[in-house]
This record gives sequence, C-alpha cells and structure tokens, in this order.
Amino acid sequence: MSRSLKKGPYVDGRLFNKVQKMGAKREPIKTWSRDCTIVPEFVGCTFLVHNGKQHTRVFVTEDMVGHKLGEFAPTRIFKGHSGGKKSQAASK
Amino acid sequence: MPRIMGVDIPNDKPVHVSLRYLYGIGPALAVQICQQCNVSLQKKARELSDEEIARISGLLDREFVVEGQLRRKVQQDIARLRDIGCYRGLRHRRGLPVRGQRTRTNARTRKGPRKTVAGKKGVKEMR
Repeated sequence: MSRSLKKGPYVDGRLFNKVQKMGAKREPIKTWSRDCTIVPEFVGCTFLVHNGKQHTRVFVTEDMVGHKLGEFAPTRIFKGHSGGKKSQAASK
Repeated sequence: MPRIMGVDIPNDKPVHVSLRYLYGIGPALAVQICQQCNVSLQKKARELSDEEIARISGLLDREFVVEGQLRRKVQQDIARLRDIGCYRGLRHRRGLPVRGQRTRTNARTRKGPRKTVAGKKGVKEMR
C-alpha cells in the first residue's frame, strides 16, 4: 500500500540537512537511513548506505528520485547453491 | 470488421467487449470509452458507423496509451529499473519475482519451467 499523500514523502531530516549544508563539496555521506526517500535535492550526491554490514556506495542520479536509499544497497548476497557447477558463475 | 488503432480488428461482439481486444483496455475502460463516445453498449462492433469509429479512435489517440505505445512504455519502465540498479531492477535482471513473493516454492511464472538439480533432496521420490 502506498503512503498517504497528505504526509508527503518520508525524508530523514538530519540527512536532508547534511545534504543542504554540504553544498557543492559533494563528499560521500555515510548513512543508515535506508528508508529515506530520494528527493531531487539529493541528485549528484554520493551516499554510503548501510546494508547491515557495510556501507554501499550509491551515486544518486535523476532517475532514482522517488525511490528509497535502501533499494540501492542490497542486504542479501546470493552466491549460488552448494555443489552446483555454475554456483559461482551467477553472482551478479 | 472495423479497425481501431491500426492493426486491431475486433469482431461481432458488443462494442465494449470487442474494444477489450486492444492491449491496454480492460472491462472498465471499455465501458467508459463507450459512454464518452455516446456509443450504445448493446451495439455490435460491426454495426458501428465510420463516424463512431472515428470518435472512438480519436478519443484513444488523445487520452489513452494503448497497444504498441503501451508495450513500449512498460519495457522502458522496466529498463529504467534495471539501469538504476535498484532492488526491483535486480529482480527483473535475474528473472525472479519483483514484489516480494516467496521463491522457496512456486514463483514458476517468473522462473519458468523447473530445472531439476541432481542429488538434491527429494529428486528421487519425484521420479
């Protein structure tokens, strides 16, 4: 179910402030807020989004607006089933 | 047989039924189109006058995305998801269900026919 329009998109306030303050410097921002919606102000920024273990580098492009940061930092890594011949082949 | 939107030739069913032969038009939209074009729902498709056909195809042209255009749009939307590398895009790339369904069993529509793995538990019993 989609979020009520009345509330507007959820954006992590602290993260938003950080992006605003940064201006043109554009350093990667480390963040844990995977549930934060990507707003147009984020375009061109780089985030290090936590995936539960590490911070995945996410460079925000225009197309990503409206998605959540977490969508770009997968939390599961499937390395293939054991014993299969092609087990390592399909890891992307 | 009347032609609407290029290739499509619906047959001698009621208008709102034959409209559904167009890709992108379902039951609700078909009825809505008939009403907007002042075409009686009881009328068979072959009884449509040229003028009525023009009215319907004009409306479709103006307000709805159907057929090839819609197919292309769907493909573009999927391609976009793939390109930006989001979770849904990854699922599309791998041919797995996109909306969080289980994949331990079922999910055969996305995964295609079963590929039996030799030596896996349960294989012998199945044969």
